[in-house]
Amino acid sequence: MKKNKIVERAVHGVFLILGLLTLGCVLLITVYLIISGIPAIKEIGLFDFLFGTRWASTAEEPSYGILPFILTSIYGTAGAIVIGVPIGFFSAVYLSKFAAPKIKGFMENAVSLLAGIPSVVYGLVGMLVLVPGIRTLFDIPDGASLAAAIIVLAIMILPSIIKVSMTALEAVPKEYEDASLALGATPVETCFRVSVPAAKSGIAAAVVLGVGRAIGEAMAVMMVSGNVPNMPSLFQSVRFLTTAVASEMSYSSGLQQQALFSIALVLFLFIMLINAVLNFFLKKENC
Amino acid sequence: MKKTISILISALIMCTSFAGCSAKKETVTTDGSTSMEKVIGVLGETFEADTGITVTYNPTGSGSGIKAVAAGTCDIGLSSRMLKDEEKSQGLSETILAYDGIAIIVNPENPVDDLDVETIAKIYTGEIANWSEVGGNDSEIVLIGREAGSGTRDGFESITGTEDKCAYRQELTSTGDVITTVSQNPDAIGYASVASVKDTVRAVKVGGVAATEATIKDGSYVIQRPFVLVTKTDTKLSGSAQKFFDYITSEKARDSISSAGVVAAN
Repeated sequence: MKKNKIVERAVHGVFLILGLLTLGCVLLITVYLIISGIPAIKEIGLFDFLFGTRWASTAEEPSYGILPFILTSIYGTAGAIVIGVPIGFFSAVYLSKFAAPKIKGFMENAVSLLAGIPSVVYGLVGMLVLVPGIRTLFDIPDGASLAAAIIVLAIMILPSIIKVSMTALEAVPKEYEDASLALGATPVETCFRVSVPAAKSGIAAAVVLGVGRAIGEAMAVMMVSGNVPNMPSLFQSVRFLTTAVASEMSYSSGLQQQALFSIALVLFLFIMLINAVLNFFLKKENC
Repeated sequence: MKKTISILISALIMCTSFAGCSAKKETVTTDGSTSMEKVIGVLGETFEADTGITVTYNPTGSGSGIKAVAAGTCDIGLSSRMLKDEEKSQGLSETILAYDGIAIIVNPENPVDDLDVETIAKIYTGEIANWSEVGGNDSEIVLIGREAGSGTRDGFESITGTEDKCAYRQELTSTGDVITTVSQNPDAIGYASVASVKDTVRAVKVGGVAATEATIKDGSYVIQRPFVLVTKTDTKLSGSAQKFFDYITSEKARDSISSAGVVAAN
């Protein structure tokens, strides 16, 4: 009996330590980002940093305005949501309510596979197929653009949207649907008037999760967006918050490097905000 | 119970893998310019074959390499640009290992074959925006470059006098990406180390001179930059690092250096 208790305690301790390790990582990263991100903002000035439109970090007279990156990240994410959410949402509705079991099983595997593809592969395919494709399709000099990034991001956020929406739709009590059908509603009416409204906070959570994925993606976007710090425009080469950090970090020095940390801090705040919204929706669902 | 066992096992595996790392052989650590990967790779191999000392190389970029030496996290820093004054004042010194020509590359379909430095500068600043102005097809020139801080970009812009004035369409983060992008777009122009130019793209002549070892060495091919070894001025290198340093700056290393496509300085 006593021995059992000791083992129990030991296991408890191990789990506690592992849990604290995760917490420690989060704290370490947060504190590190804040400490290393603040100095550059102080030096550049918060307003000039956030709302400056010119980024020229290695120029003779450097200028560190990240408004182009912020806007690009917002536009890019919004574009990916506009394209990705309808596709993902209707796929989820189809798979959870209408698809035959065999098709559903196959599709679910395909979606999982899509989620498992490394982002560098998305980037590579985008670079070799999508970018030249956009170039010829729209007859522009070069295809690396915000549009290419939006398409890649839209595909990348599909799995999270489909999976989370499906879980929410499947959690709708069958009694609701049965009652609706018994009252004479067609399956489609039942689905969109009963199941979807009942699952709406879960679906909202799926969208927010998609936003989080899209805004945090760096690698794939870096390979298709051209990385020039222009103000965003659909067929122009643009740079996202993530790619601004990733593309210059390796060669950076001095204030330039500190400014990159500040960009990371801004991105971190964005993602915190998105997580807060996500938590809000998830809590609402549980109540 | 099963869980505890598996946790213990994974902990054990972690311990042994850490132990594996700490068992130390004699090594020389280098860190820096991604452009120098090939030359350091070749030199490291021949040096290891001769002496049994392993040379590690961490491709982080010139800036990071210089910082790593200053911080003492590597023996020799690799930089594809000369040190800045602020870096020298941190107690670092430079030794030129080799010269690297920067090739101006275009798509193989592009009929343009010869550009002079002035024209290249005009193209990159956007003054010349159409290939027809330099004897090519009637299509817009797509400027491909590297990211701010890249040694290749710094080299290219300082040689052509286009610092901070280039109107890039794309800023890519590696030589490979530049080559791939230029090979995909018939109207693109880019720059990359001569050593890394592949058949998928074509290097144009600069002022009538093709980029070859001879033209880079005698200076007639003007778009070229140094490959620099960065060391601490007042701290002595470790025994094995000093051996490596002496070896790669000696005449013995000349063949290996040229086999990597760059021109030895010594």
